[in-house]
Amino acid sequence: MEIFDIFLLEAVVNGILLGGLLALLSLGLNLIFGVIDVVWICYAELIMIGMYAVFMLHTQQGWPLLAAMPAGIAIVAALGAALHQFVIRPVLAAEPINQLLVTGGMLFLLQAAATLAFGIDFRNLGVRMQPILVGEMSISAPRVIAFVAALAGVGATWLLLSRTFIGTAIRAISQDRAIMPLMGVNPDRVFVITSALGGALAGLGACLLVLQYDIHPAIGLSFGPITFLICVLGGLGNLLGGLVAAFIFAQFISVGGFFFHLEWGYVIAFAFFIAVMFWRPQGILGGK
Amino acid sequence: MLAVSNLSAGYGSFQALFGVSLEVRAGESVAVLGPNGAGKTTLLRAISKLIDASAGEITMEGARLNEVPAHEVIGRGIAHVPENRRLFPRLTVEENLRMGAFSSRKKFPERLKFVYGLFPRMEERCGQLAGTLSGGEQQMCAIARALMSGPKLLLLDEPSAGLAPVVVQSIFALVKRICAEGFTVLIVEQNVQQVLKVVDRAYLLETGRIKSSGDAAALAASSELKRAYLGL
Repeated sequence: MEIFDIFLLEAVVNGILLGGLLALLSLGLNLIFGVIDVVWICYAELIMIGMYAVFMLHTQQGWPLLAAMPAGIAIVAALGAALHQFVIRPVLAAEPINQLLVTGGMLFLLQAAATLAFGIDFRNLGVRMQPILVGEMSISAPRVIAFVAALAGVGATWLLLSRTFIGTAIRAISQDRAIMPLMGVNPDRVFVITSALGGALAGLGACLLVLQYDIHPAIGLSFGPITFLICVLGGLGNLLGGLVAAFIFAQFISVGGFFFHLEWGYVIAFAFFIAVMFWRPQGILGGK
Repeated sequence: MLAVSNLSAGYGSFQALFGVSLEVRAGESVAVLGPNGAGKTTLLRAISKLIDASAGEITMEGARLNEVPAHEVIGRGIAHVPENRRLFPRLTVEENLRMGAFSSRKKFPERLKFVYGLFPRMEERCGQLAGTLSGGEQQMCAIARALMSGPKLLLLDEPSAGLAPVVVQSIFALVKRICAEGFTVLIVEQNVQQVLKVVDRAYLLETGRIKSSGDAAALAASSELKRAYLGL
């Protein structure tokens, strides 16, 4: 194969791997919006906290990574439940703009808290892995791990939502909240569980990102906007749409970045996003 | 089984029920009749605690319900088929039934078998989205969903509303079968003629007050009923 083709193929493969990760990141945010009808503007900051949690447990407390990661997921899940209980719940009946403002406020609060607690230094787990060679291509191992784990997370979430009683309740409550008590369901409890699930997905995302990226208090800004745009692109609250949009977006970033320059990949992806918004403001798979 | 005494309830400053008292005994089927706006739906909503009573008492098998949160009422053996059916349109029929069994999930398989035995049509449609069912099938599904909790008392809010006359007949036949299965039923209806053929007793509700009550056959012949509906 020509060296150009190999690099192009590598870019496509990297785009698919990135797509899996972005799909996971957008799933949690999308789930929260679809069920509770609130956008967690601070979603990526939960991921940031999760990255610090894994980092601190591993490097400061000496926990093995395989113990620090589940603990990190649990911490962010608890944080998600607390976020709902103490921040979202009081404004559930308020205007949407107020709901955006409180979660936007949480973004700055979490960023500032992380800066105070951990400083502005860039931290790195320092995990080094050999790249995986496939034919003539060289693929980064953490990306492959992240892809596989992200798909596993998405699959587990799908099983939970489709096969279990609580998962059915999570889907039902977004369709008719008022009659949930007649089913013997306490809506407040379903919301807290959904928030914990959204948090757990952010926590899993954190575990996968921490293998590839440096940690700093503003790291959320690198993922937050993309995650939100993917949800909007797929149709806000539409879980399947979010997954499709994640892979489309990732290809634009990866292949666009290959043909031009890494930063141009983002420019092309966002230009595509804007174009789609003119064409289908409700998102690719969004209804109504 | 169910006793309501001097119940007053409403929405905000609007009072819909004024000192309503009624009783449903085990094994009975009882109707509450009344024209639009009489407070029939409000009465059922107050019994299942979707709204709070401002005065009076509700007891189920002797236990006071007033302080019980809405989502625990089903655990006391009361299942409520709400006005307009209110299925989850984007869940399948079987998922809707699963929601009905949420409070007693261990019994889901046996109840599903029972309900499918009662409504074979629902088994045929089990994988279909509830929103795509016909009106009569939706009502059937809503009743099936309520039965999934294994209730002692079934509250039915205008099961005939919005259905074609021939479908209305089959729904009332269904209600009759459910009574025959041994469920106690409290049904709220505007379709007086049909419902009086199905129930044992009935109450007449008018502008939030019980105007008369009695045996279904006696009430069917009474002038009170004609006055309430026809203004005679």
